[in-house]
Amino acid sequence: MRIPLSWLREYAQVPAEASAEDVMAELVKVGLEEEDVHRPSDSISGPIVVGQVLSLVKEEQTNGKTINWCQVRVVPEGATQNLTNEGIDPSGVQGIICGAHNFVEGDKVVVTLPGAVLPGDFRITPRKTYGHISAGMIASARELGLGEDHDGIIVLSNLGLDPEVGTDAMELLGLYDQAAEINVTPDRSYAFSIRGVAREYAHATNTPFTDPASLVTVDTATAPGHQVTLADAAGIYGKAGCDRFITRKVTNVNAALPTPPWMASRLNLAGMRSISLIVDISNYVMLELGQPLHFYDADQLTGGITVRRATEGETLTTLDAKVRKLHVEDLLITDESGAIGIAGVMGGSATEVSGTTTNVLIEAAHFEAISIARSRRRHKLPSEASKRYERGVDWQVADKAAQRAVDLLVQLAGGTATTEITDAGTAPEPTVINLPADFASALIGIDYTAEQVTWALTEIGAELEAIADGYSVTAPSWRPDLTTKQDLVEEIARLVGYHLIPSTLPTAPPGRGFSRVQGQRRRVVAALADSGLTEVLSYPFVTAVQNNTFGAPVAGEVKAVKLNNPMSSEFGFMRTSMLPGLLGIARRNHGRGFRDLALYEAGLVFLPGDTLGTATIPPVGIKPSEAELEALYGGLPHQPMHIAAVLSGNDSPVAAAHTPRVYDWADALDTALLVADVLGVEVVTSQGAHQAFHPGRTAALALRDGTHLGYAGELHPKLLAELDLPARTVAMEINVDELFEAAADVIVAKEISTFPISTQDVALVVDQSVVASDVLETLREGAGELLEDIALFDVYTGTGIEDGKKSLAFGLRFRATDRTLTADEASEARAAAVALAAERFAAVQR
Amino acid sequence: MSEPTSPEVDVNNAHTPVVPHPTDEAGIDVAVQAALVAFAAASNLDELKSARLAHTGEKSPLSLANREIGRLDKSEKAVAGKLMGASRGRVNKALAARTVVLEEEDAARILLEETVDVTAAPRRRRAGARHPLSTLQDRVSDIFVGMGWEIADGPEIESEWFNFDALNFAPDHPAREMQDTFFIDPVDSHLLLRTHTSPVQVRSMLERELPIYVLCPGRVYRTDELDATHTPVFHQFEGLAIDKNLTMADLRGTLEHFARQMFGDDASIRLRPNFFPFTEPSAELDIWHAGAKGGPRWIEWGGCGMVNPNVLRAAGIDPEEYSGFAFGMGIERTLMFRNEVPDMHDMIEGDIRFSEHFGMEI
Repeated sequence: MRIPLSWLREYAQVPAEASAEDVMAELVKVGLEEEDVHRPSDSISGPIVVGQVLSLVKEEQTNGKTINWCQVRVVPEGATQNLTNEGIDPSGVQGIICGAHNFVEGDKVVVTLPGAVLPGDFRITPRKTYGHISAGMIASARELGLGEDHDGIIVLSNLGLDPEVGTDAMELLGLYDQAAEINVTPDRSYAFSIRGVAREYAHATNTPFTDPASLVTVDTATAPGHQVTLADAAGIYGKAGCDRFITRKVTNVNAALPTPPWMASRLNLAGMRSISLIVDISNYVMLELGQPLHFYDADQLTGGITVRRATEGETLTTLDAKVRKLHVEDLLITDESGAIGIAGVMGGSATEVSGTTTNVLIEAAHFEAISIARSRRRHKLPSEASKRYERGVDWQVADKAAQRAVDLLVQLAGGTATTEITDAGTAPEPTVINLPADFASALIGIDYTAEQVTWALTEIGAELEAIADGYSVTAPSWRPDLTTKQDLVEEIARLVGYHLIPSTLPTAPPGRGFSRVQGQRRRVVAALADSGLTEVLSYPFVTAVQNNTFGAPVAGEVKAVKLNNPMSSEFGFMRTSMLPGLLGIARRNHGRGFRDLALYEAGLVFLPGDTLGTATIPPVGIKPSEAELEALYGGLPHQPMHIAAVLSGNDSPVAAAHTPRVYDWADALDTALLVADVLGVEVVTSQGAHQAFHPGRTAALALRDGTHLGYAGELHPKLLAELDLPARTVAMEINVDELFEAAADVIVAKEISTFPISTQDVALVVDQSVVASDVLETLREGAGELLEDIALFDVYTGTGIEDGKKSLAFGLRFRATDRTLTADEASEARAAAVALAAERFAAVQR
Repeated sequence: MSEPTSPEVDVNNAHTPVVPHPTDEAGIDVAVQAALVAFAAASNLDELKSARLAHTGEKSPLSLANREIGRLDKSEKAVAGKLMGASRGRVNKALAARTVVLEEEDAARILLEETVDVTAAPRRRRAGARHPLSTLQDRVSDIFVGMGWEIADGPEIESEWFNFDALNFAPDHPAREMQDTFFIDPVDSHLLLRTHTSPVQVRSMLERELPIYVLCPGRVYRTDELDATHTPVFHQFEGLAIDKNLTMADLRGTLEHFARQMFGDDASIRLRPNFFPFTEPSAELDIWHAGAKGGPRWIEWGGCGMVNPNVLRAAGIDPEEYSGFAFGMGIERTLMFRNEVPDMHDMIEGDIRFSEHFGMEI
């Protein structure tokens, strides 16, 4: 909401020297958020004066254009020109070239003289053009930032003005005024009006406030007005769609009259374009009092007005000339011809006021907020009216607003007021709230006095009655947001001042610190950074193709969560794998010249199950039943935490006396295993197959019980080429939630034997197809409990090894817990291990 | 050691050394002095070895003289033994001392020869880094855990009920549109990407025992286009305390304590009236930023207030018995002004230089 200061000053005591910033600083104290300042004089400066065209010579140019060479008087006849800027003629008459043709000799116009600056840092200087020195400019409304009208220059008589020559035109056009823009929260509908903000300004500064509604004297009806039937007693949630509908009629209006500059200037500053006098009056009253009005061309109405819901298949052509299909829930204003408006949202084109309208029927109505909100959303028609209605409008102000509009139509548009008035509907019951005397103090922590409580609530317009142990408080009609005692406490607290709230630190009960999983999460995220990887965070929005490629080991449609309103339709799904985002970041870094990358990310992936969501949701303010809660929990997709890493290029920077190692598939696997090691969980590796990975260089990772965790290895060369990533880029992705759960709660210590070690090596020749980990596990099993540790230290093929075979060399470390092993004991264990490997894999000792 | 085979010994053998009589005090002294001079003259371990062989080897005058002792009379034996013992002792002591000196010199020389240019050292280990948003989230959590609070988390795809209705956002109220929401398809599944971490507060109230003091950090979503100060995916931390007799003064005290932990002892905060459906009274939280670019000023940091009774009711808590406060701040925003990050793009693009500059700290 933008508040022109000149307007605010009519109802609140704003110091003459106060700027928009000063006003906002006051309003912030009572909870209106500062948003912006609008001050034309920041981008316009004079001299800009009223001039009279003394002569106008049309000169045809070689380019076919006709320009006017004008002599314009800019000081009153006989007066002295006091300005001395370069190009100011001391005679008081300026020679000016003007391309517009909507004026004649004798017209009074707005002259921007040399030295003036217009919006866009347009500096006015004398300049040679079309064979003359043009010393100034005759301005259009657009050049002055007063709207889009550029059909010609401003002719002041068209605005109903006849000022003296030399008058400051900036003053005349309201260009010294400024507006404070505030952000109005959804609860404070009344602040969408000068009336409401002036009241808040008075609260903030503790100065008097004049209610503009109180300045209006509503005419007494002499006869019933336009026939109105309210035919929607029980609409949405059983509430009447309309509980007040006032009509006033003004006849003999001259729709062609101009909007006076003071009104146009205020509307402009308030962010609404000046359109025509009649429309401007309706907007002006709405901005001033917060009551949306609708003006009908009374001669276009057919019979009485009925407010009702739409019927199936009904349509309406709205003001914007669009045909709207109406919904049975839409509240309509109708006459005997059918729908003439969607209540509180937009009127119909058939009955709208136009330049030829002479008789105006004013509607000032009070509609139910939810109904308006739904229609606005359904038809995507946000308007100044709907904005106010869906937040709540003061029922009591409707007749004042209608009267104010009548008065302005009479005063400015030459209309004649009639006193045939319709005021249909009944006032809602006022909201009465019981406020225990000590409640505000108990909730805020300040000992409010009875005087403070009474003062604050009276100040906001509430009525108080003392009852046993407190107050019975009647909320003001313009405050539909006040329904609970907590709401009243906020009013007391903000008027007395939030800055007075003291500071006390409550003591939490003994906490349990981080949960086990929270600790584990931290552990792994830190461990990867500790081991040299860089953490990044990517958006979880992916394409269908990305999910289908990375979200499942084999090609096909991957079930994923789809967004209804994604930022981009391409990235319309939630990730089922971390890799698309991570690879995107890898590519960006690569593109920025970083060839050696080790990136990782921990985050959620989104795996929908069979049920997605719930058909209905429980209402506000009530605890759902266990069954309802169960359904809410059960409708959510599975959202486990994954950790993924991408490695590419060298493991360290190239340097003097250092040859870096190139990352390969084993680094990806190693990174995954590191995560498991950090958590103390055993992970089993096997040959893996995943469409995004190299078919021969991929490990599948699982828990000992077979629970699948993920994959690690080299990415598929074809995929890397498609993604424009370097060849041999490697990656891993694992479900860490599974690891967290598999981790032991208590790690039981292992006995440390101090007896000497006995080491034995063994080389076994097996088929190429046999995987090392299987042989290793077999040797471990065969060697028995004397084996302390075993490691694969060499894989060999070539001379001496038959084709299709390979030699695996293992180092075995034997140790007993209770004695020094003899060489024979170690050899026996080794032989048992080899025997088992021979039996299972036909392994032959080399 | 097999010294007799060394060539120096042969050289010594070539000329016949003058062998003094083992009782010839002057003669022996000459030999001793010759040895001491030779040791002192040795400038390295090799020369010392030659000198040692020449003056203490089997063919050296002192050794030969010593061998004569056996042939002497008993009366002379004692004199000669004493003289030879003392003389050879002096020689050996000098030899040992010189050996120590030359060995030290030798070791020092080798170390000198091993000198490298340390400024040309390679970096063999890659320094890893955390993303500052994640480090900052940890830091915030640590502060609250230090105050006895617990950390709660929840899913990012949520039911509309947890995100809105349970938090007193009425279905048709404009407040519901204050937060531009990503909805899940189909919309009648009533699922969305949580717009704040407040659903975790509701979950905490439903699942935990009273009193509750929890902090809920996490990732949230709103349909804001990415620009210098907005991103559709961002992070928040929200706090919730539910206890008997909690007041807005307790809220202020908690926020003040936290602000000082984050920004130093001279940090100060300001509360301004505001509106949120889930709190009443509500406040906007500003923090005084003394080091702000362009001069010290108040910066909007987040929202807070006393938990709305309807929110307590949605979780089955009696608002007449319990009261509570809640607050929420953006992690990106905190990082922006605390660590002077000028542009949101830096936080979301994943450029490794951004994370690596922070390392493991924030």
